[in-house]
Amino acid sequence: MTRAPGLAAQVEVRGRVVAEVHAEPGDVVVVIGPNGAGKSTLLRALAGVVPMSGRVEVAGVDWTTLPVPARRLGYVVQDRSLFPHLTALDNVAFGPRARGVPRHLAEQTARAWLDRFGVGDLAHRRPRELSGGQAQRVAIARALATEPDLLLLDEPFAGLDVGVAATLRLELARHLAAYSGVALLVTHDALDAVTLGSQVVVLDGGRVAQTGSPQDVAARPRTEHVARLVGLNVLRDGDTFTAFSPRDVTVSLEPPHGSARLQWHGKVSSAVPHGDAIRLRVESSPPLLADVTPQAGAELGLAPGRAVWLSVKATAVDRYAHDPAGGAPT
Amino acid sequence: MSVRLGRIPLALSVPATLAALLLVLPLVTLVLDTPWRDFGGHLVSEAVRDALWITGLTSVLAVVACLVAGTPLAWVLARVDFPGRRVLRALVTVPLVLPPVVAGVALTTALGRTGVIGGPLHELTGFAVPFTTAGVVIAHTFVALPFYVLAVEGALRTSGEAYDVVAATLGADRWTTFRRVTLPLAMPGVVAGAALSWARSLGEFGATITFAGNYPGTTQTMPSLIYTALQGDPAVAQTLSMVLLVGSLAVILGLRHRWLVAP
Repeated sequence: MTRAPGLAAQVEVRGRVVAEVHAEPGDVVVVIGPNGAGKSTLLRALAGVVPMSGRVEVAGVDWTTLPVPARRLGYVVQDRSLFPHLTALDNVAFGPRARGVPRHLAEQTARAWLDRFGVGDLAHRRPRELSGGQAQRVAIARALATEPDLLLLDEPFAGLDVGVAATLRLELARHLAAYSGVALLVTHDALDAVTLGSQVVVLDGGRVAQTGSPQDVAARPRTEHVARLVGLNVLRDGDTFTAFSPRDVTVSLEPPHGSARLQWHGKVSSAVPHGDAIRLRVESSPPLLADVTPQAGAELGLAPGRAVWLSVKATAVDRYAHDPAGGAPT
Repeated sequence: MSVRLGRIPLALSVPATLAALLLVLPLVTLVLDTPWRDFGGHLVSEAVRDALWITGLTSVLAVVACLVAGTPLAWVLARVDFPGRRVLRALVTVPLVLPPVVAGVALTTALGRTGVIGGPLHELTGFAVPFTTAGVVIAHTFVALPFYVLAVEGALRTSGEAYDVVAATLGADRWTTFRRVTLPLAMPGVVAGAALSWARSLGEFGATITFAGNYPGTTQTMPSLIYTALQGDPAVAQTLSMVLLVGSLAVILGLRHRWLVAP
């Protein structure tokens, strides 16, 4: 590993996660994967709050044996964890003060950060007097107030109302664009990857299943989890993946003519509105998604339980190879 | 009770009544028997004033000792992983169940004029701990400390280590974290522990009289004086007991809102 200005990490937490992450300054690495994939553990390892082996280097500094308080780190943990006995202002000023900034300067910094997140008028409230969205803004402001080299955000939108999360996502995108360090963001939402990420790391079962640009990962997912997140059908055949959109699936009651490889038979397990279409989930082998027009749905009687044939044109599928190395981008 | 689950069985109601009577009746008779007319007169003697002063002084000093030394011990037990932590924690609780007289004897073997520490101390400085006011404070601290440590350790465990971790990620060293996060969040436990240890110290008799004796003006506390007075003038003993009872009740009322009220 060379001295990198951004993040170069090779992390192993026994029994939980093995991962390698590289990022340039200004990168936002979105970490996605199913529950228990090791996303939060990866962040905890980078923060230094869980025993790990391997190596962590941030902004050219070797963090591997550095005590947690000595790391230039901003960490927004999942359950917010604003200090309940301190006001919003004191929460944000805590980091600068702990690093030796005189009180009045630390409070100036804190006030500026609260203003930047639009919660300056709540400076003297305690966390229990803040809404979820307000508390999360304070938490992110607190993490940024120490001007960290590495910013870790563990599901920052979890538990917020959809509207609040959407607003905060836009605000965060603006702040991350201005942020010069490396940010890692754990999320369950494909939207976060596309709107916030410059790089995506997909974890599955404690290992890196895929890395790449958000566009690449969304278009060519290599795990069932991401395929489901982005709403694609993905088939794996050895080291080859085949991806196609539910829109390109033809649904019929009779066996279709044509290529034998790209047709499946199964029962409809659910039919729900999806945009202008009806999205069918079919318990074929493997289970697939198919979008049909409402008219077609009515004509074919596509209710749950109905046995149908699915087919897709060979020209509508995208075939790509599995990269066993995990594909750390350069 | 709004739900009809049936008659309350005698096998439960009779013993429950006896238990409640045993707890309440002696207090009622103490209040009724107290010679209220001469109440003030019994309190003005020099012995009483000295004993009140010694009790107040030593119990407050014992609480201060608990705060200063017990808080760090509770923190170590709750936050630091070291070999023998469980053993130490068990040892800390021993004085809770130790007969106070035994505690007094144990203190004598350690700090007495010929004790393991008290011996060399006496040779070097000429100062002997037993039968001094300092000895009373040490005896009080010995019996009160476990109450304090357990209360604070419980509070530290309840408030959890998550906030300590957050403080560390914000750049705070452990001392800063302790001062600005851990201790403020454990404050209810500190207050409850201080009140408990003060109440325990207030009533301390066995260990004190064994280790420090019963000398008016230096080691005679209220409980020691009550014991002495009961053998001569029971009316004085009752009056002094009332004073202690009121003191204990004040502690309970002060704590009521914190954790003595069952949900």
